[in-house]
Order: sequence, then structure tokens, then C-alpha cells
Amino acid sequence: MIKLDNINKSYVNGTSLHVLKGLNLRIEKGEFVAIMGASGSGKSTLLNILGILDTYDTGTYYLNDILIKDLSEKVAAEYRNRLIGFVFQSFNLISFKTAVENVALPLYYQGVGRKKRNEIAMEYLDKMGIADWADHLPSEMSGGQKQRVAIARSLVTSPQVILADEPTGALDSTTSIEVMEILKSVNREGMTIVMVTHDPDMAAMAQKIIRIKDGIIGSIEKV
Amino acid sequence: MFDLLNEIASSLKKNKLRTFLTGFSMAWGIFILIVLLGAGNGLRNGIQYNYGSSNMNVSQMWPGRTSIAYQGLQVGRRIKFDATDGPYLQKELPNIGAYSAKNTIYGANIVYGNEYVAAPIQGCDLNYTKITYMHIIKGRNINQMDMDQTRKVIVLHKRTVDILFKGEDPLGKYVVVNKVSYQVVGVYMDDDMAQRPFALIPLSTADKIYNPAKRGYNELGFYIEDLKGNMDDINEFDLSLKSKMGHKKQFDPKDNSAVYYYNTWKDYNQAQGIFGGITLFIWIIGVGTLIAGIVGISNIMLITVKERTKEFGIRKSIGARPSSIIKLILTECLMITACFGYVGMFLGMGVVEVMNMMTAKPTVGASQDSMVTFLNPSVDLGIVISATIVLIVAGLVAGYIPAKKAVKIKPIEALRYE
Repeated sequence: MIKLDNINKSYVNGTSLHVLKGLNLRIEKGEFVAIMGASGSGKSTLLNILGILDTYDTGTYYLNDILIKDLSEKVAAEYRNRLIGFVFQSFNLISFKTAVENVALPLYYQGVGRKKRNEIAMEYLDKMGIADWADHLPSEMSGGQKQRVAIARSLVTSPQVILADEPTGALDSTTSIEVMEILKSVNREGMTIVMVTHDPDMAAMAQKIIRIKDGIIGSIEKV
Repeated sequence: MFDLLNEIASSLKKNKLRTFLTGFSMAWGIFILIVLLGAGNGLRNGIQYNYGSSNMNVSQMWPGRTSIAYQGLQVGRRIKFDATDGPYLQKELPNIGAYSAKNTIYGANIVYGNEYVAAPIQGCDLNYTKITYMHIIKGRNINQMDMDQTRKVIVLHKRTVDILFKGEDPLGKYVVVNKVSYQVVGVYMDDDMAQRPFALIPLSTADKIYNPAKRGYNELGFYIEDLKGNMDDINEFDLSLKSKMGHKKQFDPKDNSAVYYYNTWKDYNQAQGIFGGITLFIWIIGVGTLIAGIVGISNIMLITVKERTKEFGIRKSIGARPSSIIKLILTECLMITACFGYVGMFLGMGVVEVMNMMTAKPTVGASQDSMVTFLNPSVDLGIVISATIVLIVAGLVAGYIPAKKAVKIKPIEALRYE
């Protein structure tokens, strides 16, 4: 499903910083993987490459047997839309749109009609248990509710993989567990999830923990 | 398309201050432009009205008596103008566009019913309108038939008509001038500066009735063309006009009392300078306002795009193509600038109309006292529309450049952007 071979990534910012040093990784369909590592180990960089938000220097990355390399912005946008769902630490909802409009936005970029996409969005909000908040703005919602909206948004296009970057980083422990339960149930329905976290309790709820150390895979352990 | 508009409408509605600021800078630019241009045009029209007859380059010549002996001819000889003088001078001097001979009868009374007006009578030929600031407002001017048949027809000044006829239609009526009756064929208006405006009759008629002794015309006027040079050129023209006349009438060109001569070139030139200055002033106002407007709209678009960098990052992460984001920005910009540009245009036109209503119209019959400084403020609709388009395009360009930059940022950087 996800196939990374010998991925190298450097940031040139005055001095060159070699972040990923020939990283190899396989993630199978339906897995729930947690990526852990010290700050600066390259875990966020890895996630950004997986999400086609960032580019890599050398190596190959296959997502669903498609080579993700040197894509034009247009094609990258298309793949992000169809193949990947994002859940961010800071939610990244559009502040002037209601919950249902936020969830429906990826469908807007697929060209789905307004009525149809709002219907689908409502379905996913309902699944997340926040259908009553559909017409509220993000600023009127709690952190947990916002993250549920974000998860609904990531699911709405039925992507191949959900990439979650510290999804519980901004939440208290009770809400964090709720959000993790949601991700687990999404995973049980067959969705592949890759989550970056530095919280061992959250990582323990995944099936597999991958530790990144100095730009390569340090260890892989099954939970 | 409907979806895109919906998307924009929701973004505009949720960002009221930003929408208002962008729109306001657009509307304000157009509004100020129209009001200033309108006021500038009003000023120019007002001054142009005051200048009236000075806005023509004409010269006039009156006959006198010689003061210098010339080729054996005595001092004190009377110079007489006749019908051959005009054609001769026009042939000799290509700058003369038209000439007109006049005979003026002073001390006449024009009588109609129980009313009378003391007004000089001007016997004039067909070229009179070319060398005089006047226009027919009713009926017709004197024509060739009048001249050929020495008809007793008369063209009256508007003020004379107002006094004599008191609202009655003057055309076809007969007025009596020193015991000779004339039919009124037209009414004219000039710059209204004369205390006693002329009444016009055909030159041939005037000659026959008032000048049986053939004493010659008492004035010769010329309309001068293509003489926009400096003072030296005009002095040269004056000199050659006088020497040609001296050659024909046999007097010394240096003789200043053989003919009296006046050229309006100085006044005309000054008036042209003032109008040129005002026109330049209006242009500077217009272009300056437009530039201020462009800067304003560009600024706000720049800030708008900057402020939305993170939003664009989010949109890109969920699958928005760069082109769709640029389209979003540009359509939004177009909608705001077009709508508010229209509002500014509407309000500006309204203010110009109010100015137009409030400025005093020059009152007929008040003569010298009716100086105006402001008249008919108006703006050319074509200029207004092109200015609006310029501002809209400026807004689009000002939106496009940062938008292009914003969509080039990697989504990951845009997402981090606060």
C-alpha cells in the first residue's frame, strides 16, 4: 500500500540539514501505524512526504502502486484530494465556514454538486456524532468537536489513507481518548491510518509503532 | 460557476471588514475621480463662458486720416474702406480665414408697440458670425438672399427681444428703426457683455438706407487662422497686413492714424493658456486620483492574499488545484471592485448632478455683472467607465501577483503560516 525506498530529504536553510537518510518503509492496507520519535528525528517530514505536502530528494515512494515523484501541483492536488485524508494537530478548519461546509469542501474540489456534497458531509458528521453542530462555526466548538469535524473531512472523499499529525496534541486526555477511539473505529472499517505522535499512551492504541531515529527507522514493534 | 459564486459569497459575507475595505477603496477612488473631474470641468466651462469673445483670434481695422505725407499725397487725407479690400487682403495674406465688413449706425431706437430699446444697428455681411462670438438661438441669421435683395430684415439680441416682446414670439413681427420697419427673422445670443447689444441688418440694406453718400465701411474684421506662434510672428503679420493695406490705399505703413488696428491675439493667447492650464490641471487631478486608487486597491488585495495564505494551504491540502485558488481570488476581486465601482460611479454622478443644480445659471440680461466661475459641471461617461475598468484591472493584477506567489508556497509552509 505504502512503499518507501531509500528516501532522502535535506533542508537547505543556510546550512544543509539532512533529515531523512535513506529511509525504507512498508505499510499495508488496513494497518493503524503510529510513528514516534524525538523532535527533529524526521517524523513530521516523513508524514509530509507521505501526504504529498512536501517533496523528497532521492528514493521512491509508491502510494497504492502510483509513483509519487516530481508531480505537478495540479496532479499532486488531485492525489491529495482522492487518495489522502489529513487530520492536523491544529485542526486546520476554515474559520469562516460552518462544520458541514468544512467537511464538504474536498467534495467541492471534486466537482460534486452542492446538495449532494452537503448530504454526504452530514452523513459523516452524523457518524462522528456531531450532526447537531453542523451549522456552527469552528470558533463555537470545543477542541474535540473540531477534531471530529476534521476527521469527518478527511473521510468524506473515501481516501486510501488517513494521515494524522499529532491529532491529540491540542486536546486534554479524556478528549484525546475519545478521538483515538474514533480513529480506531474508522480503522476497524478498513481504513489505513498513519499517525505521528510523541505520546506513548496514544501510540499504544495503534497496531504498530514505528520509531524514527536520526532519519531512518529505528525499530518497529507490534502492539 | 454558481458554486464558485456561492463559495465567494460566503467568504465575502464572513469577512465583512475586509470586503468593506476593498470595496470602499474602489468606490472612493471612482467617487473622488468623478467629483474632481466634474468640478474641474465646471471651472473650465465657467471661465470659458466669461472669456466669450476673447476666445477667438480676430483682428479689426477702422479707417482714419493720414498723418504722414506719402508719395506726394497730403497729410489729413481720409482713408475709405470699400468692398474690394477684404478679398484683396485675403489673397495677399494666407492667414486670413475670413473677412467681414461692417457699417454701424449709432443712436438708433428699435420700437415695437409701446416699447423701445436704444441699440446700435450693425450692417453686416455673411462672414460676421465667423469673426464674432455669437450664435443664433431662434430663427435664422442674415443670408445671401437678404444681401442680394437688400431686404429689410433684422436679427435681434436676446435681451432686446425680452424687453420688446415680453414672451411673445418675435419671428415674423415688424419693428421700427428710425422710421424704417424691419421684419424680425432671428434672435441671437453672444457673451452678453455689451451694455447695448447690436441689432443686425444686411450690409447692403444698411448701405442703401444709411450710407447713400458711399462713405465706405467703418470697420473691417478678419478671422485669423493657423497663427499659433510667438509674439514675433503676430507682429510680423500685423506689419504685413498694414503694409498691404498701405499699398492699396496709398499710405505710409508707419502711419499709425491712417488706419486703426486691433488684434485680439494677446487676449486669445492668454485665454488659450488659461484653458490649457485648466485642462492640464484636470488631467493631473484625474491621473493622480487614479494612481491613488490603484495604490489603495493594490494594497488591500496584497494584504487580503497574505492574510489568507493559511486558508489557501488548507484548501491545497484537501485537494484544491492552484488554478482554482487563483480563480477564487480573482473572481472575488472582480466582484468586489465591479460592484463597489458601480456604487462609487453612481454616487459620484449624483454629487455632480447636485453641483449642477446648485450652481447659479448665468442670468440673461444682467450683462457685465453676471460673471460666473462655475458652469455645467459634467463628466464624460466614457472617461468614468474607462477609469473604473483601469481600477478593476489594477485590482486584478494586484490580486494575481501575490496569489500566484501564495499558491507556489508548498502547502506545508502555507499551513504553518500564521
